[in-house]
Parts: sequence; structure tokens; C-alpha cells
Amino acid sequence: MTDLRYGELEQELRGTVREMLSAQSPPEQVLARCEGGDPYDPKLWRTLAAEMGLAGLAVPERYGGGGAGWREAAVVLEELGRAVAPVPYLGSAVVATAVLRAVDDRALLTDLAAGAATAALAAPFATAPGPPTDPTVRAAGDNLTGTVRGVADALHADVLLVPTGDGLFAVPADTPGVGRHPLVTLDLTRPLCDLSLAAAPGWRLAAGPESARAVAAGLTAGAALLASEQLGVAEWCLDTTVEYVRTRYQFARPVGSFQALKHRLADLWVEIAQARAVARHAAGCLATGDPDTPVATALAQAFCAPVAVHAAEECVQLHGGIGFTWEHPAHLYLKRAKSGAIGFGTADRHRATLATLVDLPG
Amino acid sequence: MVAIPPPPPPRPADRPGPPIDPARVRQLVEQFLAGHDPAALAPREFLRARFDAGLAWVHYPVGLGGLAASRALQPVVDASFAAAGAPDNEPRRIGIGLGMAAPTIRAHGTDEQRRRFLRPLWTGEEIWCQLFSEPGAGSDLAALATRAVPDGDDWVVTGQKVWTSIAHQARWGLLLARTDPDLPKHQGLTYFICDLTAPGVEVRPLRQLTGEAEFNEVFLTGVRIPDRHRLGAVGQGWQVARTTLMNERVAIGGGAQPREGGLIGVLAQTWRERPELRTTGLHDAVLRLWVRAEAARLTAERLRQQLAAGEPGPEGSAAKLTFAQLNQEISSLELELVGADGLQYDDWRLRRPVLVDFAGRTPGYRYLRAKGNSIEGGTSEILRNIIADRVLGLPSEPRVDTDRPWKDLPR
Repeated sequence: MTDLRYGELEQELRGTVREMLSAQSPPEQVLARCEGGDPYDPKLWRTLAAEMGLAGLAVPERYGGGGAGWREAAVVLEELGRAVAPVPYLGSAVVATAVLRAVDDRALLTDLAAGAATAALAAPFATAPGPPTDPTVRAAGDNLTGTVRGVADALHADVLLVPTGDGLFAVPADTPGVGRHPLVTLDLTRPLCDLSLAAAPGWRLAAGPESARAVAAGLTAGAALLASEQLGVAEWCLDTTVEYVRTRYQFARPVGSFQALKHRLADLWVEIAQARAVARHAAGCLATGDPDTPVATALAQAFCAPVAVHAAEECVQLHGGIGFTWEHPAHLYLKRAKSGAIGFGTADRHRATLATLVDLPG
Repeated sequence: MVAIPPPPPPRPADRPGPPIDPARVRQLVEQFLAGHDPAALAPREFLRARFDAGLAWVHYPVGLGGLAASRALQPVVDASFAAAGAPDNEPRRIGIGLGMAAPTIRAHGTDEQRRRFLRPLWTGEEIWCQLFSEPGAGSDLAALATRAVPDGDDWVVTGQKVWTSIAHQARWGLLLARTDPDLPKHQGLTYFICDLTAPGVEVRPLRQLTGEAEFNEVFLTGVRIPDRHRLGAVGQGWQVARTTLMNERVAIGGGAQPREGGLIGVLAQTWRERPELRTTGLHDAVLRLWVRAEAARLTAERLRQQLAAGEPGPEGSAAKLTFAQLNQEISSLELELVGADGLQYDDWRLRRPVLVDFAGRTPGYRYLRAKGNSIEGGTSEILRNIIADRVLGLPSEPRVDTDRPWKDLPR
């Protein structure tokens, strides 16, 4: 059975990351960045990736990585979710890293671990792990042509990892022939873009089944660890709401003393406690290559995504009027939670996956 | 100069476990088995000796059936005895004793009480029940009206208790009674150990909506309880009762629960075996419940791991709430899934089961019995209050009942 607790080092890591984020990226600042049009915070990423060395947590030590693993990366994601931090950790340090680990690409993993570059898998953010879909990019030799819609963490990436019918390619993002078209997104803090490739030159990382395996590894890692980000989102929403209803007075009482609210928050706390166990299980399975990983991953997305949405919706509702304003950061969490519930496949898709995996056919 | 005496050594129970590791407890079990052949000894003799060797509940103090070791070693001990074919104390049969009476006596009992009660409790020679709830005091337990009046070295108790599991087999009851009606309700209570064989105790079956009677009503009429069977100080009953109730709610078993271990397994099995029952809507509902049941299982497992590592979390208060909801929704869905078969029931006769047998009966029984899960041992509404107040730190509802004398409260 997976260890579902947090180890001492993981708790220390959490403390360090939380402290840095509250100093460098409080929610008001994230909102101000979103208003500026591009939320990406290069300085924050530099601190996280290069100075704290967290981009390489899941990169093997021989490539300059932390040699830690997915459990630790999951703890970082919890904190990034709690701060709705606009950095490409999930896309680069998790998904692209898992893809590159699967093809054992020394050069790119070394760059990623050092924080010298970020990479993104050129797949729509809504792609669920599972049987490969027809690639929308074709390769002629080493030149790639096609479009990929709604890609996360690609707008500022240095390298794109592009699945084609002819294998998996790496394409430098600033190459002529690569177009990145930012989208107006529901989630203000996780930018998406459409990619268009017009005979963009790249190099092949893997061919045939190895390519499909690498893409699947990336999507599985993304779906499994997105659950930890969702846990962090849900925790912020609960903590912030509890704090608010304790201090908000109506009818000469703190509104948090009304049983109608207390019971809703108690139920939410129970759900979040469960999401924590589920997310830890997914991260633990991924870390050890447990054969239960596909079930743990589908479970994580089927369970944690709706919990984050529920937490964010309760946060908005129980804040009353202030919760519906642009000024209050609750909406950043609502948008992150609802978009995340579509990212790597909806809960329904993951329940369908479970139906197959655990023999509950329709 | 006055010699300052050194501080007393901490009680074994307060000390972190000494360095007893799994290898060491296995060795202790082996040594014990070498001197006590389970095949040759009567089960009762064997269990008494096991208790005396400190191998009953290893986290208990030395001399009271334990080794003051880590609780995490208990599964190792139990597995070693099971592997040797040794008799166990049928823990499911004596759940109230093990889960509620023992921790309460351990925490609040005198040395004499601990020595008198814990051994036969653990061996199963003496069954325990809980005399808390009353017809007029359910969720509001502290409002209870059963009176205990001092008379010489005894207390004389009169009142009615209800929802008492296995009172008809029990030797002892954990009794909460009012000793001072002039005080506010929480302050006038005292905790006793009540002999169910004493004159004036009458136990009657209480038939429930499933048709059977797992529970009893217990009528106490002038029952004499010696003062040496008082647990904790006079007026401290509520504090002592909280120990009992905390342990009632943290009902986490020793081992890890397998996937599909609960009612969800019954539903999943029916789904697999009877494809003719499947519809699209039911499929989605089954999958949603499977996901929630698996999440609940992992949450219980996480809590188990935390307890084993000596870092209990507040998640225990949520476990019962979750399982009540799941049991009700799963059994409700199962009844719809089986369709026409769900119109039948197996047996309405008044029976007296000792254990709740969810799996062994029909979907109709499961549906009805699960209704009790959100009422027994603290309603789901009270559990939500507890989480909101104690875990989330939300402000209490304004109350009118805590500062007035109990006798002046409306009821």
C-alpha cells in the first residue's frame, strides 16, 4: 500500500514553497498580472525552477535533477494550486519531464532540471490519458506541419514536444514556422495557446510505440498530479471561506455560527480530506511505478477535480457579494478549478476509464 | 536544605513506545507459544495467559495486558497468534468493551478498577454495553434524566436507557447518570460502571424498522451501585463520557480494508453477475459510488497510517459520516438495480442478532439497516457540528441551555 502521509522532508518543502509564494506571488498580485494581459511570472518561475531547484525534482540526479520524485513534485503542486501561481510547473516540470524521462533525453532533461529551459507537450490541455488519438501534426522528414489547439504552458515554453504520426519530435519554440496564438481563456492563471506549425524544423525523440508510450506517460503524470494542484486550490478555498465566515457579521452574529453554513463547510472539509488521500495515492503510485497507477490516476481525476470545483463554488457563494466581485481573488480559484476539471479529461471520462479498469462494464 | 524529589517517571502510557520492533514482538509471541500450547489449553485460559504476558493490546501499559509499545505492532502480534492457530477474543463480539469501555477505564479508572475490569473485558469473559442515550436525550446526551442518588457507600439509580446494544448479554454497562440537577446540565453528571445482573435492572428488546431487535431498552429501578464502581470524580461524568464517545467515533479497525471491501463490493458483484439489469443511468450511478467508496477507503487507510505512526489526524470524525452516506446511497441503488427482486424482503420476524450482517441478507435489509448508520453513535448532523466547531473552529450557535440549572430546562 502506498504511503499516504507526508514525510518530514515533504513538509519542509511545503513550508519553503508556501513562504516564497506568499512573499512573491500573493493572490492580489496574480490578479494584477492577469489584468495586464499575460499572467506568466518569469521572476517567480526563475526563483522556483533555478534558485530553489524545484523544476528538476522528478529529473534523475545523473541529469542534474533533484532525484526526488513525483511525491515531492505533488507537494509543490499543492502549494502552486493554493496560490493559483501562474507558472508552467505542471506543463514543464511534470508533463514534459515525464515524456522526456520516458525517452531518456539527457540534453533536454538537463536543461529542464537546471531551470534553463521549459518544455510543453503539444497536446490539447483537455486530452485524457488513454488510447492515442490521431495526431493533428504530420512530419515530412524533420519538418512538422499542423495545428494543435488549446495547449497549456506552451506560450513561454522553449521547447515543444510534438506527437506526430511519425513519432515524437522536439521543436524549438522560437523556430521560424512555429506560431503561438494566445487564447482568451476561462482560467486567467493558466494561459493556453493554439500552435500552428508550418514546416517547422525539429528532431525526432522517439518513433512508433515508444513515442505513444512517452506521450501516455506525460498525460498520466499530468492527470495524476493535477489532483494535487486541485487539492491545493480546494484547501485555499476552504481556509479562506472559514476565515471569512468567522469574521463576517450579519444578524449580530458571525455568519459562520449558523448551522446552515457550518454543515456545508464540514461536508467540504470531509471531501477535501478524502481528496488528500486520493491525490497522495496517485502521486505515490506514479512515484513507484505501481501497477495500480492507471486506476489511481483515473480515480484522482474523477474525485479531486469535482472537489476543487465544489470548494471554489462554495467559496464564491459563502463570501456573498464580495465573492462575486472581480476584486476578490475567489474567481481566480473558481476559474482554475473549473478549467482543471476539463484538463486531462473530465471526471466522466475518467469514470469511463475506471469502468474498464475495474471491470464494471456498461 | 530541602531535598527536592525527582519528578515521578511518566506513566508508561504517556511515554513513546520503547524500542520494541516487529522482530522483537514476534519473538515474544514465539516464546509465549512455546509455553502455552493453544491446542492444549482451553481458549479462556490461553487468552488470560496472553493478557498476563502483555500480548493482548501491546500499546497498553505493562501489567494491563500490554507492553507500552507502539500501537502499530498490534497487527504483527495478532497475525502471529492467528498463524499459530491460537483462539482470539472474537473482537467483533466485544466491540463496545474493546473500543469504548477499555479506553475509558484506562484513562479515568483507578488502578483497582483497571486491574478488576480490563482482563475479563479483553478475554471476552465479560461483555460490556453502553447506557448513555435516553428517550429524552439523544443528540443532546448531556440533558439525560437518569438519577443517581447517594445512599451510604452506594448510589441508587433510577431511569430509562435506550438503544443499548447487547445489553441482553452484557455483564457491565457504562452508565452516565445525573447526580446534581441543580447544576447546569454538563456539570451535574457522574459516570458509573453498572452491574447488569443487579436487582432493579430490566432489559427489554427494542424492535427496529428492519423487524429485528439488535438493541434494547434498559429500565433501572432503584439499582444500587457501589461507590467503588464510580469512574472519575462526582460531577466529572461529561468529561469521562467524552473519552468514550471519541473512541466510539474513531472506529478504525486494525488492518487495511481491501478495495471493494464494504457494501460497494456487494453492488459491484451484482453489477458484474447480472448484465441484464444494466442501464446507462445506473452505470453512471454505480461508477460515481465506486469512486466515492474508493476515496473513502483510501482516507480510512491514510488515517490508519497516521495512527500507526503516532500522528492521529482529525479525519477520524469524518469517517463515520462518510460511511453512513455511502452505505445509504449504495444500498438504495442496489435495491433499484435488482428491480423486481427488490420488492421482496427476507424476514420480518423479531430476531436478536448480535452482529449486523449487512452482506448476508437481502438488498431490502441493507437499505433499511443503513438508515441507522447516520443516527447510531452520533447523528450525521451532530458529526457535522463537531467538525465545524472543533476542526474548522467555527463559532458555536448561540445556546440557551449551558448555563442554567438542568432542572429548569424545558423538556
